[in-house]
Amino acid sequence: MNHWSSKGEDPVAFDHDCREGICGACSMYINGHPHGPDKAVTTCQLHMRKFKDGETIVIEPWRARPFPVLKDLIVDRTAFDKIIQAGGYISVNTGGIPDANAIPVPKVNADLSMDAAACIGCGACVAACKNASAMLFVSAKVSQFALLPQGRAEAAERVQAMVAEMDKQGFGNCTNTGACEAECPKEISISNIARMNREFLSARVCAPKIKEQTGGGI
Amino acid sequence: MAFKYSSVTKKIIMALAGLFLISFLIVHLSINLLLLFDGSGDSFNIAAHFMATNPVIQVMQLVLFGGFILHILVGIILQTQNWLARPTRYKVEGFSHTSFFSKFMIHTGAVILAFLVIHLFDFFFKAKFGELHEVMIDDTLMEDMGVLVIEKFKDFPYVLMYVVWLLFLGFHLDHAFHSALQSLGLNHSKYTPLAFGLSRALAILIAGGFILIPVVIYITQ
Repeated sequence: MNHWSSKGEDPVAFDHDCREGICGACSMYINGHPHGPDKAVTTCQLHMRKFKDGETIVIEPWRARPFPVLKDLIVDRTAFDKIIQAGGYISVNTGGIPDANAIPVPKVNADLSMDAAACIGCGACVAACKNASAMLFVSAKVSQFALLPQGRAEAAERVQAMVAEMDKQGFGNCTNTGACEAECPKEISISNIARMNREFLSARVCAPKIKEQTGGGI
Repeated sequence: MAFKYSSVTKKIIMALAGLFLISFLIVHLSINLLLLFDGSGDSFNIAAHFMATNPVIQVMQLVLFGGFILHILVGIILQTQNWLARPTRYKVEGFSHTSFFSKFMIHTGAVILAFLVIHLFDFFFKAKFGELHEVMIDDTLMEDMGVLVIEKFKDFPYVLMYVVWLLFLGFHLDHAFHSALQSLGLNHSKYTPLAFGLSRALAILIAGGFILIPVVIYITQ
């Protein structure tokens, strides 16, 4: 970096923001691993002591058609935003603060939902997957809502809309290799992918055919 | 047309076709093993004759061809999309700690398909359209498939070719059963580890069982 700066040239451009491993901006492919060789950390939390003295470190941007390289190590991850816009939310008026425990949620579902919601949308799953598939990301977003009563109402429409957008963005298909789970800095489980497949299948098979859109919703 | 289906739908089609093909392999192996348990080949010939003449099996044969074609075509479409999704490769390729054979399903599948064509010409089409020796068993005249198989497997290069082919089948199956369940959304904290074990067991038993037949025939003849 200093080498280029001292010559008056642009230093290598890379994304960064929170520096505490929660924003997912610092997405780089380091020595064959998204976010580097350390397990369950983002690049900003990766210490140089994880490398040997004098070791050559190869840093690359995410390589996937839906993530075009903007400059050096910065990629455009708008594709993820588009997927979220397709259904990664709950369309209710928030209103006032609800009473605690007004809606009972089983502890196991709350935990699974929180685990899925830990996804920071960094794109490491896409970068790690040999197919550049975004299934882990999409499934985490689908799961975090599908597991909770507030999210169930729109679960069938949500999963179909998000999968359709994921395909439209040009991500690859999941081959259940598990590289995404192994490399995810937030250790999101591929059981979420199975849940998404299950949600998608039941939405396609069981959900009634909607004849006309009545406004609102997904 | 298949490009229009969603990625999840295509994976579900792959899974269902794959599970169906596994069930076919189990039936195929069960019949082939008769050659080892009955040296005269009569039991094998009776079973082969039943498979060749029973009307339900004839219909299932068409379904089976459909299953093969579907599995192959959807597999090629999925793989093409996967390659297109990463036009630029990494300088340092990743090596995540995941199932080894899962990364080479298209390659093992291609090897299996290539040998499958040879296999069909050597046995299936010969039995279906060729002129095989006939043998009388229980007052019924039937094609002597047993002799055809035994004669083929007297040749060492031929046996070696089959062993290699079947090893690739085993590699393919190692990532087949549990992957199909995952694609169908059947993942459970209690049963998924069992599915992994079952997948490997199926790979070893099916590939091992099939390999046993040419090897035993070659050694004993």
